[in-house]
Amino acid sequence: MDIRWDILAEYAPFFAKGTLLTIGLSIASIIIGCLLGLFIGLGKLTKNKWIAFPFNCYITFFRGTPLLVQILLVHFGLVPLFVGETNGIIAAITALSLNSAAYVAEIFRGGIQSIDKGQMEAARSLGMNHVQAMRFVILPQAFKRMIPPLGNEFIVLIKDSSLAAIIAVKELMYWGQAMQGQYYRAWEPYITAALIYLVLTFSLSLLLSRLERRLATE
Amino acid sequence: MITVKNLKKSFGSNEVLKDINVTVKPKEVVVVIGPSGSGKSTFLRCINLLETITDGHILIEGIDITDKKTDINKIRTDVGMVFQQFNLFPHKTVIQNIMLAPMKVKNVPNEKARAKAIELLRKVGLEDKAEAYPDSLSGGQKQRVAIARALAMEPKIMLFDEPTSALDPEMVGEVLEVMKDLAKEGMTMVVVTHEMGFAKEVGDRVIFMDGGLIVEENIPDELFDHPQEERTKAFLSKVL
Repeated sequence: MDIRWDILAEYAPFFAKGTLLTIGLSIASIIIGCLLGLFIGLGKLTKNKWIAFPFNCYITFFRGTPLLVQILLVHFGLVPLFVGETNGIIAAITALSLNSAAYVAEIFRGGIQSIDKGQMEAARSLGMNHVQAMRFVILPQAFKRMIPPLGNEFIVLIKDSSLAAIIAVKELMYWGQAMQGQYYRAWEPYITAALIYLVLTFSLSLLLSRLERRLATE
Repeated sequence: MITVKNLKKSFGSNEVLKDINVTVKPKEVVVVIGPSGSGKSTFLRCINLLETITDGHILIEGIDITDKKTDINKIRTDVGMVFQQFNLFPHKTVIQNIMLAPMKVKNVPNEKARAKAIELLRKVGLEDKAEAYPDSLSGGQKQRVAIARALAMEPKIMLFDEPTSALDPEMVGEVLEVMKDLAKEGMTMVVVTHEMGFAKEVGDRVIFMDGGLIVEENIPDELFDHPQEERTKAFLSKVL
């Protein structure tokens, strides 16, 4: 198997641009997804069944339907409805955020519920109100336990952002496909893209394991 | 100081407390004993509303805490609680555990809270553990920190929910010692315990509960030496 280094050199700047956009899409979606996910997770935790119901529906829908379908729905349906025209980047970030919020919500819920209820009782018995007890006692402990599953979710999100190529968002995978289309070569574009994704996800997992070690209390 | 009137508590259809009436005077040490499942822990947890009560009234210093208008968080700052499982905050050091509530609830400035925490740690004999995390402490040390943490709010009443039941036998003494000191200083205390020696020595009054009812209450010597009720006799013959 010979490798055509010349076409790789030609596409290098496009891969660089695509990688930056992939990173941008991922960071934006992680941040929005986390905020939305925390909100939905807390909503699902409320004791009132009627309040929890819509949050349950949200999670069921976004976990139970393919991300590709969600991206197409947002791109051709939701975004034109609000903006008047399609916009790939907005659609990609919206779909990825909405999707990951459902998973993040479950991670938050699990993390909070995993904390022994004696912690809440101790905090309340000292005179803290529910919000103070959550903020100073429950969430800091829950957050530590949420890092590994959140790390998983972020890695999945980085990889899933490649689906945005379908709606012509010029991220990493888009350029991989463009290169394949132009030269009818499989190995060069796809191995290059795969390696770049690997570098991104591996860096993220290193970062998270460092964070986890810093938060250790022993 | 504490007045409990016709207190009833049910979990679903299971009635755990059936009409409890108790009065605790200032500086009094009341010890609650009874077989497991008798409702004594639930009774204690009702006093600071960690359990929502089904019926009846609880007055603390004349304020009805079962009234919906009462700010329960305010009441709880006056009622310290020590748990069987310690419930220290594992993500905070010993001194942070003690300082957290005074700083967040009472807005005590950092230095003042720290000075108070160190004073309390000295009192429970653990000033050298200030910067340690709870996981590195023994059970007895954890419980002493938990007592210091409750005292940091300067409560008027202390509730103890089987404070030595989760401890190895050799550590029970150090915790009871701290509680004895507290009683000597005049703290109003309600103690649920299986330590009959402590009940006899420190208690001003002993309440024997069984089946969600107060079966008998008396000064320790009378209750232990001349129990009136058959159920009390049966229980004491098993534990003494």
